[in-house]
Amino acid sequence: MRLYKALLHLYPSSFRKEYEEELVHIFRERRTQMHNPVSIAWLWLSGFVDVVLNAACAHWEILRQDLRYTTRTLLRAPVFTLTAIVVTGLGIGASTAAFSITDRVLLRPLPFPNSDRLVQLWQRNPEYARFELSPPNFYDWRRLSTSFEAMSAYAQAAWNFIGEGDPQRLEGTVVTPAFFKTLDVQPLFGRTFNDQDGLDGAAGTVVLSYEMWQSVFGGRPGVLGETIRLDNSSYAVVGVMPPDFFFPARGGQLWKPLVLGDPPKDARDNYNLNGIGKLKPGVTIEKARAEMIVIADRLAREYPKENEKITARVDPLDARLPDQTRMLLWASLGASFCVLLIACTNLANLLLAKGMARRKELTVRFAIGAGRERLIRQLLTESVLLAVAGGFMGLLIATAVLPVLSAIITIKLPLTDATVLDGRVLAFTSLVTFATGLVFGILPAWRASSGINMDGLRDGSRSGIGGHRERLRSILVIAEISLSIVLLVTAGLLTRALWRVQSIDPGFRPDSVLTVEISLPAYPSRYGLVSTRTVFYDELLSKVRALPGVSNVAFISSLPMTPGGGIWPVAATGANGDVKTVGMRVVTPAYFDTMGIPIHFGRDFIKSDTVDAPPVAIVSESFARQYWPNQDPLGRRFHFAFSNFPFAAQDRVVVGVVGDVRFRGLERRSEPQVYLSDRQLPDRTMMFYAPRELVIRTATDSAALIAPIRRIIQGADPALPISSVRMMSEVVNIQMVPRSTQIALVTTFAALSLLLAGIGVHGLLSFTVGQRLPEFGLRIALGAQTREILSMILREGIVLAGVGVLCGLLLSYYAGNAMRTLLAGVSPIDPATLGVSVVAVLGMSLSGSLLPAIRAIRTDPTKAMRVD
Amino acid sequence: MPFKREEIESLLPLPSATFHILMALADEDRHGYAIIQDIASRTDGTLQMSAGTLYRSIQRMQEQGLIIETRERPAPEEDDERRRYYRITPFGLAVAKAEAGRLTQMVKLARARGIAPERT
Repeated sequence: MRLYKALLHLYPSSFRKEYEEELVHIFRERRTQMHNPVSIAWLWLSGFVDVVLNAACAHWEILRQDLRYTTRTLLRAPVFTLTAIVVTGLGIGASTAAFSITDRVLLRPLPFPNSDRLVQLWQRNPEYARFELSPPNFYDWRRLSTSFEAMSAYAQAAWNFIGEGDPQRLEGTVVTPAFFKTLDVQPLFGRTFNDQDGLDGAAGTVVLSYEMWQSVFGGRPGVLGETIRLDNSSYAVVGVMPPDFFFPARGGQLWKPLVLGDPPKDARDNYNLNGIGKLKPGVTIEKARAEMIVIADRLAREYPKENEKITARVDPLDARLPDQTRMLLWASLGASFCVLLIACTNLANLLLAKGMARRKELTVRFAIGAGRERLIRQLLTESVLLAVAGGFMGLLIATAVLPVLSAIITIKLPLTDATVLDGRVLAFTSLVTFATGLVFGILPAWRASSGINMDGLRDGSRSGIGGHRERLRSILVIAEISLSIVLLVTAGLLTRALWRVQSIDPGFRPDSVLTVEISLPAYPSRYGLVSTRTVFYDELLSKVRALPGVSNVAFISSLPMTPGGGIWPVAATGANGDVKTVGMRVVTPAYFDTMGIPIHFGRDFIKSDTVDAPPVAIVSESFARQYWPNQDPLGRRFHFAFSNFPFAAQDRVVVGVVGDVRFRGLERRSEPQVYLSDRQLPDRTMMFYAPRELVIRTATDSAALIAPIRRIIQGADPALPISSVRMMSEVVNIQMVPRSTQIALVTTFAALSLLLAGIGVHGLLSFTVGQRLPEFGLRIALGAQTREILSMILREGIVLAGVGVLCGLLLSYYAGNAMRTLLAGVSPIDPATLGVSVVAVLGMSLSGSLLPAIRAIRTDPTKAMRVD
Repeated sequence: MPFKREEIESLLPLPSATFHILMALADEDRHGYAIIQDIASRTDGTLQMSAGTLYRSIQRMQEQGLIIETRERPAPEEDDERRRYYRITPFGLAVAKAEAGRLTQMVKLARARGIAPERT
């Protein structure tokens, strides 16, 4: 019987209290009539079903009553209802949007089967925490390791494609044949690559992205077997990937086999491959890491010259996001939760105030037989209903702000569209909504229903004034103030950090520089010959220079702050053989003047710096300082420390020293730089470094120059696609986009929280002032000055704000420390930021206290002291 | 006792559990288990009302004023002291009659269409 009694707890307690005995009695009667085990089991089963079904019905009936009642009461108080819904909606909207993006990028596994077993393979040395693999090292890693089910390498590439219409630059990936097997993905139709495709001399094949199949082939099913021409070679289409497959990046148009060689012929210190692997089932990443380090050590012993300090690094594949972006996302999520928390405390405060004001109504319901549990339930229905309405509003807000928010992730991730709310996000929102309604409703409901008795019905009883109730509300307001301080300080620190980043000198003058990228086809093409290129460059440059408004023009292999430059090892001739790495770029004469990079010593490249002249180089200040401190660097020699690469091994004479450029970006450490002249590149190799970015310093409106420049390029070679046209200042500013978005976001959150905190202070003080009106009336009647009353109320506001500010400052110190990597060197206890935040919060609290204070001093003693 | 027509009709059609309980209480006051047994015997055992359904109906019927809990006890030899007895109210009786009338009317309509057997 005890079990049956326990089961009865499923009923609403009011029902159970009323009928428990009867129900037990009937069950017992029936039980005594049962004798065989089958009928006893049947009795239990039917009893169980009966209780579950009827309990559910009973709860549903109560819920329906409560909902009806609640809807009526809420509609009767539209201002309260609307405030509560808006407050909750803002909080839920902010957190839903932030969660949606964080979930997509940080929490959700990559969209591949068993993605927890996928890893990224890197090389590392004491200088670089991770860098690409050389083909021979990859080959040996794959050959010697046993932890992996599959291992493959890829490199991003681009080709000129002439289909119908204008020539296009296509971006894609060259991959070892096992690439698709490693990721365990199937084509939409056709096939992926097999081992034959990766052999030297195999017929050219490509796998198309869904997007390319649609845009170039119009989604024709008969595309398999068709040939396309990329950079003058033919490739047969063997497969098409599904629309949601993006790897290694969104926007890749096709995949082409990487001919690695068996063994590879490339140099062991030519690092150009990304490695991925899939762990065998049961092999942990630590075990794989340990194995790869052993293998790398062995290779370091076998090839001391190239591999001496090189070891292996194995990371989970999903950790490919830059740390800073990661941090930005976590900070956004944190900030949004702050807003949610503030919104919720405000909701709780509103409900507390309302609950107190409704004591009489509750007492009446209590008197006609509603138990306390029933009252709490009623109040909770109200808070959950408000939260659900807020949740809907939140979803609308989130849908509106998601596109803005997703701008934080400017890098191309292999992820599905992040700007759509999906099931996971909706589940999160529902959870937050119900948690908000329940958690922040239960306290006010408990408080409002506690100590209710018949005395509450007496005339003039002062409903709901209790010291601890106000204390609770004060704590909530203090919490709001603290959190707004945290958000304000965060927003302030991030803004200061952005200013600091913006003021960093990039080493060149980006204003008034227009850039046009021309995609030269890879070898074999006529542009593989330096003589052809020289004619092409000379003609193009002289024509562009002749355009009105152009003050200078040149070519470079890749713009600063864009990927594509080379990181090359160098050694100064005659020095101790110390190998350091530099950023290497190839330019035509006048590049430095065009970009506004100062030439400190020596000269620029000249037309006579050709393959027949001695090899020369221009280096940056830090390069010169590093090798020849306090000496004249002009005339000194160095070479590139590649093995098996005769061009690199040539001694080069330094003919000029230019200013350093932050070519890796404003916030990243950049290596010293070396510039080579295009006229001194060897024929048929190094096409990757052939200058293709036209940079133009303009004296007039740059936009007007774009059309004539296009015509000049088309006149020079109609088959050359122009892949991008942008101002150099855009290239620089685009790096600031994640930061600016982040700041806009956190600042919005901070402003929101400040407003909410103000409402909180105002709500609390209005309530206490309202309750204390008779007291103020009495004081005024006894001769108290306006000033005294005013200072009493304001003091209360200031005390709340003061305590909140102190807690908030403490919290923001921790928050600031946690996001130190985002602060670009700004101290987490930046006095200006802290000062402004404190003043803002104090100001807001003061304004929040002002209206209640005015109401207090305007008290008419005769009215206020009359018992109502 | 006259009752407002709308008041009665607002409750129609009655849920079958409610109608059966009113039937069971029409002739005498009964406690819960007795109601269940009465219903079972009147329907030849085809309707076994569960305890949960019974008491949820009873709770609602009390709120609607169809039945009341009675303090008068039956003769001592039949009384089970721990049990709670229920009695049909005049309003309950009126509602039961109205429901019976409604059902009769429905049967008549069905007969007119030939989809219910003629009275034998």
